[in-house]
Amino acid sequence: MAHGVSIFALLVVLGTSSLSQAQPIDLPVREVAPGIFVHVGETALMTRENDGAIANVGFVIGENAVAVIDTGGSVREGRQLLAAIRARTDKPIQYVINTHGHPDHVFGNAAFIADGTVFVGHKNLPAALATRGPFYLDAFRRIMGEALIGEVRIVPPTLLVGGSVEIDLGSRTLTLKAWPTAHSDNDITVLDNATKTLFAGDLVFLTHTPVLDGSIRGWLTAIETLGTLPAQRVVPGHGAVSEWPAALADERRYLETLASDVRAFVARGAPISVAANAAATPERSRWQLFDDYNARNATTAFSEIEWE
Amino acid sequence: MGIAAVMPYIGSVAGLQRKARLMLGHHSRLLFAAGLLGAALAVNAAPAATAEAYDPWAGLVQDIFKNRPINDGSDVIAIEMPYRAEDAAIVPVTLRTKLSPDDSRRVLTITLVIDQNPAPMAAKFELGPDARVSEISTRVRVNNYTDVHAVAELSDGKLYMSKTYVKASGGCSAPAAKNAEEAKARLGQMRYRQFAKPGQGPVSGAREAQIMIGHPNNSGLQMDQITQLYTPAFFVNELHLWQDDKLVLAMEGGISISEDPNIRFTYVSNGAKRFRAEARDTDGHLFQHEWKIDDSGT
Repeated sequence: MAHGVSIFALLVVLGTSSLSQAQPIDLPVREVAPGIFVHVGETALMTRENDGAIANVGFVIGENAVAVIDTGGSVREGRQLLAAIRARTDKPIQYVINTHGHPDHVFGNAAFIADGTVFVGHKNLPAALATRGPFYLDAFRRIMGEALIGEVRIVPPTLLVGGSVEIDLGSRTLTLKAWPTAHSDNDITVLDNATKTLFAGDLVFLTHTPVLDGSIRGWLTAIETLGTLPAQRVVPGHGAVSEWPAALADERRYLETLASDVRAFVARGAPISVAANAAATPERSRWQLFDDYNARNATTAFSEIEWE
Repeated sequence: MGIAAVMPYIGSVAGLQRKARLMLGHHSRLLFAAGLLGAALAVNAAPAATAEAYDPWAGLVQDIFKNRPINDGSDVIAIEMPYRAEDAAIVPVTLRTKLSPDDSRRVLTITLVIDQNPAPMAAKFELGPDARVSEISTRVRVNNYTDVHAVAELSDGKLYMSKTYVKASGGCSAPAAKNAEEAKARLGQMRYRQFAKPGQGPVSGAREAQIMIGHPNNSGLQMDQITQLYTPAFFVNELHLWQDDKLVLAMEGGISISEDPNIRFTYVSNGAKRFRAEARDTDGHLFQHEWKIDDSGT
């Protein structure tokens, strides 16, 4: 008996994290359109405390099968997403679509490895994961700890999207489109043709400062094309589910400001470090996490624009 | 996956570790070993605290500087970097000589060492004998929280060191290519630019210039998922810059130099009419170009 009590005490000491690992709680999701469920991530950096759950993740239920769109920033988040799916349907998860290769979107992949589940991504995604995967694991182990990162697996996609691909979930088709280098060099979007809901991945940011890890000129070009997609609402990579294409306005303004400021710095011969600290600063009050990302975006943009 | 496959190599490369880590020199065997090692290190670093507590500097002094005594360089050389690496693939660094004009000593070389990178020796700059180069800026990759050392060798035969500390970038920033296709398309392009230095007209002869070289500068640390082989490293390992036939600056570079190597520097004109650049990479490509000294261009 005394034994039982001390084991119980130990469980209490170990705390909620171990318990949630054993029995994943459902990730809170909202049905934004019939059969389309979204968890809106916290606008924050990935930390030990938030399980890396900062990106929007979701799933689409068709007549025969389910497609998951992004899996979150840890396997723990991935398991909670899986639990949220299983609370709503027992149909097989046929596709796991990674909108791109950043850790907050793919670190939950391991929770979905199963027979019959196909991982889907941009044709450039395998190379991006190969180059960056070990670095990401190392960096996020430092930030989030071994308990969360030790179980993360880098899962390369086997269904690669070059141009445009349709997948069928049973009386419901999703159109997957691969984009030229924009937010990253491996962005794909997912359009649910039934409800005109666009999962834009990190091609669209709201509230969260946009993060440039590809090409600023490519991204501005992509925004023009994105705006013509026949969608009614967008699930952005970060920020609230919003009306389309109005949701593009803030991001377009930010990227245009950044590009024109950086262009002016390049023209007058300013060093890259000066541009990093001064470009696009009027945008500071309009975004969250501005000081975490703007200098980086300016640095990236400078190294591209100086070749114009 | 890839990581598990590398595990068996950790023991076998351990002996080669220090040498291979240094710079990825001209020998392909070293390149290969270093490629394996880069991934092995990523695995080794698992307990993060251990990786950060380990100070590789003493070993680097042994391997790069043959254990020569290194003096305090605070009056000789300054190194400036942002406290935090914003973009892990493009971290600006400026090296500035601090010798007063009446000092009889001259800076012969400056070696830039990023202690915690897979290949710590980022670059060795040789300063032209008469060019009076006083400032060099470039961009490097930073993989981790790290000390960064600048070691100047002076004409008195002694080494002088200054250092700074850089925090690794956060988020999804990685010391890797963002746009591999474009980087390939730019291979071998060169740009030259002259900057007007405020307050210093042509009378003093002081000039500031920049050379950009389109090159992926691949680290070779990534494994092909299908073949399980490492992409060979592919980077600019030699750069020479001249005004007419006098050397201004030379660089021996490694994989820690960012994609599209970019060197901005000050020097003093010898009245030359032409500026000339010659770069070589690890695949034996030779890129060369010359410009009229006052014409920025491609």
